[in-house]
Amino acid sequence: MAHSGINVLFEGTNFTRLLGGLWTTVQIAAVAIIIGLILGIILGVLRTFHNPLLRLVLRLYLEFFRIVPTTVLLFLFYYILPRQMNIHLPGPQMATLVFALWMAAEMSDIVRGALISVPKHQRESGLAIGLSRYQLYRYILIPQAFTLELPATINLITRIIKTTSLLMLISVMDVINIGQQIIEANNQHYPTGVFWVYGLIFLLYFLIDYPLSWWANRLEQKRMENIND
Amino acid sequence: MNWEIIKQSLPMFQKGFELTLYLSLVGIIGSIIVGLASSLIKYFKIPVLQRIVAIYVEISRNTPLLIQLFFLYYAFPAIGIKISAQLCGIIGLIFLGGSYMASGFTGGFNGVKKNQIESGKAIGLNNWQLARYVVFPQGFALSVPALAANIIFLIKETSIFTVIAIPELTNTAMDLIGLYYNSNEYLFVLVIAYAIILIPLSIILTFLEKRVRYGTFGN
Repeated sequence: MAHSGINVLFEGTNFTRLLGGLWTTVQIAAVAIIIGLILGIILGVLRTFHNPLLRLVLRLYLEFFRIVPTTVLLFLFYYILPRQMNIHLPGPQMATLVFALWMAAEMSDIVRGALISVPKHQRESGLAIGLSRYQLYRYILIPQAFTLELPATINLITRIIKTTSLLMLISVMDVINIGQQIIEANNQHYPTGVFWVYGLIFLLYFLIDYPLSWWANRLEQKRMENIND
Repeated sequence: MNWEIIKQSLPMFQKGFELTLYLSLVGIIGSIIVGLASSLIKYFKIPVLQRIVAIYVEISRNTPLLIQLFFLYYAFPAIGIKISAQLCGIIGLIFLGGSYMASGFTGGFNGVKKNQIESGKAIGLNNWQLARYVVFPQGFALSVPALAANIIFLIKETSIFTVIAIPELTNTAMDLIGLYYNSNEYLFVLVIAYAIILIPLSIILTFLEKRVRYGTFGN
């Protein structure tokens, strides 16, 4: 009897396995995003200082992560860390490291851009009432930069989440890798199973990313309205 | 680092390099066409099509290219549609890039100052004249930075084509590593190859952004 392809999702433990894979994906993304946010804010603040050497180093760091595609970054870490530096990290941890460093690089540029677009008189007023540099950043620049940078930050987070789809390339048991296993194991009974498994993964990614980008859009629209008023 | 190994691998990398450039070029041109069409549909609020474009943009922007490619390459044959790997890559890249370009153009059009549009209406321009003489010239100039960023982004995304075995740069390197195990050398060439494409391009695009800024009104 011909099986309907969609049933492949509910055969045995397939569905819970897929969700388990999704959980791995989400964990890696979440930890990388948190580390990347914190590191990115620190680096972004440092990039507004006037130390030329510091700025050069941080700029090179950003450009490296900008130019090398994420796929290649993953492979670089995957091959070079163990063979050259004798650092043996399990796949998920290594992927977290790569995504965190990438997020930090991109985030530092967003933070820097927002900090330098806070109106100049704000900074000068702060200095005029005798704030120290720490106080200036803590009470004047960072709070105002935060609203400016929020939409871009949320968009960056959606990009990180989408890029976790590359985890399968370095053999992490993420949702796609498990999906492939399920497809291969059930190919005989469910020739159209591939359509449903990839369809479900497609949907899962959409369900995670869509609310975030909707939120970013709304914030951006509000900001545009405020500017135009 | 063994230079002999690098030298021997160069002819293969050259092929991958050309394929990456070719696929990127086709993908970028296609993305700009799809993106421009989508943003015009949105700008002129064409009924029905406007909704389709909105749905397309959300689906394309919120799902990874890798899954889009897997869907095209592995899932479509299961329902009887067979497409070659390279065509899948191009379709996938345009599907992804079209929505990014559309957002870039739309962002530019929306960035045109309200007083410009009101002034245009005040001197009696109709909707088409307003678009043609006021919104588009300024909107295109404003959208250049976003388009430039998208071009770089799309070129980098071609590295994902390796998952459906298109022999572009990344796939060439992975193949060579699989065969000969000299990961340092091949990864080195790979990074250099992307740098050769992307560094000059990003310098040119930054220059273009600066030039085009003179085109925006009031600067």
